[in-house]
Amino acid sequence: MSRKLKAEADERRLLTARALQAFAVITFLMIALAGRFAWLQIFAHDQYTAQSLDNSIRQIPIAPPRGLIFDRNGVLLAENRLTYRLELVPEQAKSVAATWQGLTQIIALDTELQEDFERARTQHRKFQNVLIKPRLTEDELARLSVAMYRFPGVKIVPYLSRYYPLGSATAHIVGYVGRLDEKDLARVDPTNYAATSHIGKVGIESKYETLLHGEVGFERVEVNAAGRTVRKLARSRKAPVPGKNIYLSIDIRLQIAAAAAFDTQTGAAVAIDPANGEVLAMVSLPSFDPNLYVNGISKKNYQALILDPARPTFHRALSGTYPPGSTFKPFVAMAGLELGLRTPSDTVFSSGIFYLPNAKRGYRDWKVGGHGVINLREAMAQSVNTYFYRLALDLGIERLHDYAAQFSFGVPTGIDLNGESAGLMPSKAWKRSVTKLPWFPGETVIAGIGQGQVSVTSLQLAAAAATLAAGGVRRRPHLLLATQAQISGPIVAATLAPLNASSFIKNPANVAAVRDSMIAVLHGPTGTARAVGNGAPFLMAGKTGTAQQISANAPRNANGQVDPRFKNQALFVGFAPAMAPTIAIGLIVEQGGSGAHVAAPVGRAIFEAFLPKADDPAHVDPALADPVPATPALAASIPGESITAQDSAEPIAEEQVIDELEVDLAAELPAETTDSDPANTDPAQ
Amino acid sequence: MNAFDIWRYRFIRLLPIPRVDWTLMFLLGLVCTTGLVTLYSAGGSSFTYVFAQSMRFALGLAAMLLLASTSPMTLRRWTPWVYIGCLALLILVALFGEGRGAHRWLDLKFVRFQPSEIMKLALPMMLAWYFHRRTLPPSWRDLAICSVILGVPALLVAEQPDLGTALLIAAAGAFVIFLAGLSWWRITGIIAVCASAVPLAWQFLHEYQKNRVRVLFDPESDPLGNGWHIIQSKIAVGSGGLWGKGLGHGTQTQLAFLPEKHTDFILAVFSEEFGWLRVALLLLLYLIIIGRCLWMAAHAGDTFGRLLAGSLAMSFCVYVIVNGGMIAGVLPVVGVPLPLISYGGTSAVSLLASFGILMSIYGHRQMLAR
Repeated sequence: MSRKLKAEADERRLLTARALQAFAVITFLMIALAGRFAWLQIFAHDQYTAQSLDNSIRQIPIAPPRGLIFDRNGVLLAENRLTYRLELVPEQAKSVAATWQGLTQIIALDTELQEDFERARTQHRKFQNVLIKPRLTEDELARLSVAMYRFPGVKIVPYLSRYYPLGSATAHIVGYVGRLDEKDLARVDPTNYAATSHIGKVGIESKYETLLHGEVGFERVEVNAAGRTVRKLARSRKAPVPGKNIYLSIDIRLQIAAAAAFDTQTGAAVAIDPANGEVLAMVSLPSFDPNLYVNGISKKNYQALILDPARPTFHRALSGTYPPGSTFKPFVAMAGLELGLRTPSDTVFSSGIFYLPNAKRGYRDWKVGGHGVINLREAMAQSVNTYFYRLALDLGIERLHDYAAQFSFGVPTGIDLNGESAGLMPSKAWKRSVTKLPWFPGETVIAGIGQGQVSVTSLQLAAAAATLAAGGVRRRPHLLLATQAQISGPIVAATLAPLNASSFIKNPANVAAVRDSMIAVLHGPTGTARAVGNGAPFLMAGKTGTAQQISANAPRNANGQVDPRFKNQALFVGFAPAMAPTIAIGLIVEQGGSGAHVAAPVGRAIFEAFLPKADDPAHVDPALADPVPATPALAASIPGESITAQDSAEPIAEEQVIDELEVDLAAELPAETTDSDPANTDPAQ
Repeated sequence: MNAFDIWRYRFIRLLPIPRVDWTLMFLLGLVCTTGLVTLYSAGGSSFTYVFAQSMRFALGLAAMLLLASTSPMTLRRWTPWVYIGCLALLILVALFGEGRGAHRWLDLKFVRFQPSEIMKLALPMMLAWYFHRRTLPPSWRDLAICSVILGVPALLVAEQPDLGTALLIAAAGAFVIFLAGLSWWRITGIIAVCASAVPLAWQFLHEYQKNRVRVLFDPESDPLGNGWHIIQSKIAVGSGGLWGKGLGHGTQTQLAFLPEKHTDFILAVFSEEFGWLRVALLLLLYLIIIGRCLWMAAHAGDTFGRLLAGSLAMSFCVYVIVNGGMIAGVLPVVGVPLPLISYGGTSAVSLLASFGILMSIYGHRQMLAR
């Protein structure tokens, strides 16, 4: 018994020892664990606090409202209109498929919308809104609002949508916004566009995107692990800075009147204020409805626009290039006078055909038998080719090229729109680089009348006319007039760097001589467009042109021949009032036929829309009292019968010679592309 | 002391009345209350979990009182049958068990439970029962027999697969052997053998188990998958700081970044909302409980009681250390709840039952020590 008791006591001692050892180890482990917690909670506390906030705080960007666009008089051209879209929160709907079915009974939902919806659904969490249909109409809204109770989870969401109240009238200038895509995101600051759904794609909307967009704002929200917003953290909100409002130099009345002057014809016209380069109107016809693009253009509408042979989305005024034809003559004349090769009274004999030395082929005047002995004024008024053939030869293509560049020919005008065409003013260097062929004198001859490779945009014509009207001061044409931070804020005039502060003209009398000759075109007894100048309440200076270029969409007969009526592009360049110009224009009417009959009337209509009316005596142009200041030399040289023989009712067959001429040159000329679409130039010419 | 008193004393001593240790009872009450408060917050400031857990505590309390009133001799008598019965259930689970991914549960229609939880008690009881009949310290032969008693249930549970519980069961058995006085040389030898077997054992681990160990060393390698638990748990703990974010204000908890927040990861909730000071207090409370239990074990009346009580105390400690280590990102994610704080019936009831055994052993010490 005692032995057993002893064993019992030993065992008890043994276990007590072991329990103590165990407790020591356990205490050590507990302290170690508490130490580990101390490390996490005290020493690494800041780091984990930051991670915890990262986890639960999301910055939700708020899109800034886009700046509005006005014309120079404050007429709204682009606004943000309250629109409604239909959205669905999938988790709140009993059945997404049944909801969609039910909605199709109430509003029109096509398969395109359904595809977009299904795609968007896979990209959103089930508690996030998915778009069903953008831009609900009034009718749809009304029908939906009475049926909404049947569709839990379906929401009518208000949003601001870009809207162009004047639609097609400003489509090419203002452009349009479209949905922000990957390509856009690559060229903007993604943070600033975090909440933005649309971005300027074309026109002013694109060019002044940075002004119009504004700065993103944000609010902070607390989210849970699933990303669902739990609450807003009110104090850390930063309001977005709205985009700036933009005032364009466009006068929308003139813009609409200019478009109306074209009637149904296609073409382009640009009007510029010579005093400052402000673009008053910029028309490209036919046009399109930019509102179609805003919320994603439907395939049907897009196909219709793209496949339309008239190419309504093509900005003809900015990118369409055409041979200037006779509208180039005033600038060739300026080169001759300024470079000292001609004086206004120097005469040339027009026999009806002009020969280069040792050449069999001649270059004709439009008037069979010629115009006789003529000076600058008559050469301009009657559009005498021979005068300019000879002058161009005397100048040589290099001097002509360099001088024309001062009027923006062959170089971009620098207007604040993207996609401007530079046109083409050929030179020997240019030809060598393109064709590896030498320059032929014949090319210089036809360049003198704005044919051959010479091509211009209507914007360049207008800019050249403005430069001439401003006495040789070349000003950058521009559309941005002013900006405004808020709708009630001050309007701040935009400043654009001028191209040339001073005139490049050596002798102002030369400008006056060319101007007078251009007045004679419209108001002179022999002027090709005197029918247009007849009865005008102000004095106009201008030049018509008829250039040959066949549009791809010209109607063809059974043999594939283009109807001759569609061969000619009619052009007009000019400014008014001639003695104190406030507007300079360049315009082209595609397939217009004669410049004098088709283009010049459009030009007069534009002038009339802009200038004060004749019935306002205070505004009658005083220069009209003596429209064509006669010079004795000129009076003697004008054959009396030629004035009476010229019946303005007759078709004026200006530059008919060109037909043959171009065939003659076809062998040595490179295939010329005067438009961005090579198909527009008929190689058969 | 007159004859009546002696008679009364003997009578009372033999009566099946609970031998409650009020010190331990008080400490356990503190832990349970802490658990209920934390559950209130982890459940999104609702009493749903609190009520359910209270019911389990009540059930556990009943089991504790029942066992506390049961004589250790009775327990010892029943031990082999409990062990064999439990072993049979484990085999049944292996054949017919159910559960997500692992077969751990046995559905007895009226109650679903995990036999492995009972084994956590049955195994140390069985080993204590064995050593009670032997002279201590154990011989090599004892050790061999013990390895079988310990190895079979541990392997069965590991096959479920539930490696965490298997290790806990094995640990409970190992503690009995340790307390039985296995010499340090032999302990060192066994540990050395086990350590050298680790690379071999690694081959037998399931891929998800390997991943849990891998992410422990580099949680960022799989931040949204296996690493998520560790990363979010550490963020919760670390962002709690010294004072905590306040009850119901833990963003990791309330915004659902913390997984299993009311069960295995409840210590992260506690740490985030109450801060380090209270974590240290909680650990101290656990340490005091363990100390009290070991003291009770040292004062038990017989070998069976001493070994069993000591093993139960040390197992309790293992739960705390393993769960705490997991929350703090130093141990792999294993399904070990924090004793008496994590939400869960089986764990709460079996833990309180084990404390009932402890109380019984301690409360009946004089009767046995005679």
